[in-house]
Amino acid sequence: MTLFAYDFMQRALIAAVLVGLIAPLIGVFLVQRRLSLLGDGMGHVALTGVGLAFLLGTAPVPTAMVTAVIGAFLIEFIRYRSRTAGDVALALLFYGGIAGGVLFASLAPGKAASSLNAYLFGSLTTVAGADLIALVALCVAVLIVLAIFGRELFAVSLDTEIAQVQGIKVRAMSTLMAVLAAVVVVVGMRVVGLLLVSAIMIVPVAAAQQITRSFISTATLAVALGVFASVAGLTTSFYVEVPPGPTIVLVALGTFAFLALLAVPIRKRRRVLA
Amino acid sequence: MSVIDVERACVEFDGDHVLENIDLRIEAGEFVALLGPNGSGKSTLVRAILGLQPLEHGRVRLFDEPLGRFSDWSRIALVPQRLPGTNSIPVSVWETVISGRITPRSRFRRVGKEAKATAQLALTEVGLWPRRHDRLDTLSGGQQRRVLIARALATSADLLVMDEPTAGIDAENLTHLVHLLGELHKHGVTVLVVTHELTDIEHLVTRAIVLGEDRTGTIRFDGPPPVPASFADAVHHHDDHPHDQSTAPTGLAPR
Repeated sequence: MTLFAYDFMQRALIAAVLVGLIAPLIGVFLVQRRLSLLGDGMGHVALTGVGLAFLLGTAPVPTAMVTAVIGAFLIEFIRYRSRTAGDVALALLFYGGIAGGVLFASLAPGKAASSLNAYLFGSLTTVAGADLIALVALCVAVLIVLAIFGRELFAVSLDTEIAQVQGIKVRAMSTLMAVLAAVVVVVGMRVVGLLLVSAIMIVPVAAAQQITRSFISTATLAVALGVFASVAGLTTSFYVEVPPGPTIVLVALGTFAFLALLAVPIRKRRRVLA
Repeated sequence: MSVIDVERACVEFDGDHVLENIDLRIEAGEFVALLGPNGSGKSTLVRAILGLQPLEHGRVRLFDEPLGRFSDWSRIALVPQRLPGTNSIPVSVWETVISGRITPRSRFRRVGKEAKATAQLALTEVGLWPRRHDRLDTLSGGQQRRVLIARALATSADLLVMDEPTAGIDAENLTHLVHLLGELHKHGVTVLVVTHELTDIEHLVTRAIVLGEDRTGTIRFDGPPPVPASFADAVHHHDDHPHDQSTAPTGLAPR
């Protein structure tokens, strides 16, 4: 494969694989709790962070990270403390996040508003060495947290009340889930962009659950599909000269359509065997 | 030792008293049936005992420790009426049962052989071991309830709290389930069952508690069964016809 002979493509590939691997792992918990749009909410909040970074002259990724994590705490706070349903809390984040991002970017000197695009839709091929190190570190951190708290997150996503009676700190776990989503959003920001990052968390999971029968098999298949979509999307974008972010998302949606169609005969066969 | 100790517990929903000054002490080894008509506060009381429902005032102690400081949750297993139904990812029967063993204490450990063996035994006891790989939501309501019972059994807890565990379970499995509860009780497990249907478990019950009607949430009867006939409204009757055409509001009556 000659395309990966280029340094920038190697870095892009590593970044895409990392996001394809890690995003569905968080997405599986979000889908289970019917919080599929949480990632999108975090993406919009991260946009405010990017706008703020342009305005203050700070580095966009760390600033977006801080803003998104604050957003994660905020949404859990809104959900618990006020009589606001989860979806309304999310809607508030969406509007606040995007308005803040565009406003701060327009206040910033220079052509900041136009470079907002790189963060909205991703700029995978401009990933630098330092970006990659940060990406790897964040992914490793997310994996370690999942290894420690994954089972408790599963119990909470199954039934919050039974989880509480098992002594699990439900609120802490919900907040942890939102923070993990925030971290993954910022990790994926450079790859597929803030507007589409949630897709790589959710679409592989939605595709996998068409044919799976357990949580663990859904998570495993979703990761495989996420990595496949990332690599296939990046490769396609190189040859066809289209932006990689949207291509990755469309490939993921393609796997969803394929498995949704495949699911019909599989379910029929299972019914016959049962 | 008292397993559950409730003192002057009050719960209000929007100013309405759902529970009013409930005093209740349940000792280790009791088999308690909590009875009462719909809306009498049975489930609210259970939720308050487990810390799922905040008290307006009053206090709860579990295993002689104040609720706020109680930490040994592995001693308690809850069988809810159903899972919340918000799950959208497929979850297998086995995953549901084994999830009963997840606690903060198991954080850095793998699920051990012993835990798996207990979960297998529990699932076998409710007759659903052959369905372990199936999606939970492909099972019938009664089967799902048996999975939730297996999940509670898999915890090896010594206090079993069950909300309507016998509802919707067919005769054959019901007999086995009642036998199983009897065996657990014999081995020292304290059981608290919220139920409408006392008939099937009456011989096991050492104490029946009837909660009041007219939404005041007070204890009207507390003692060994049988429940006196004057409290019969608290217990389900087979000859009741709640959907009797003559009592249905005219707008809902079949045309």
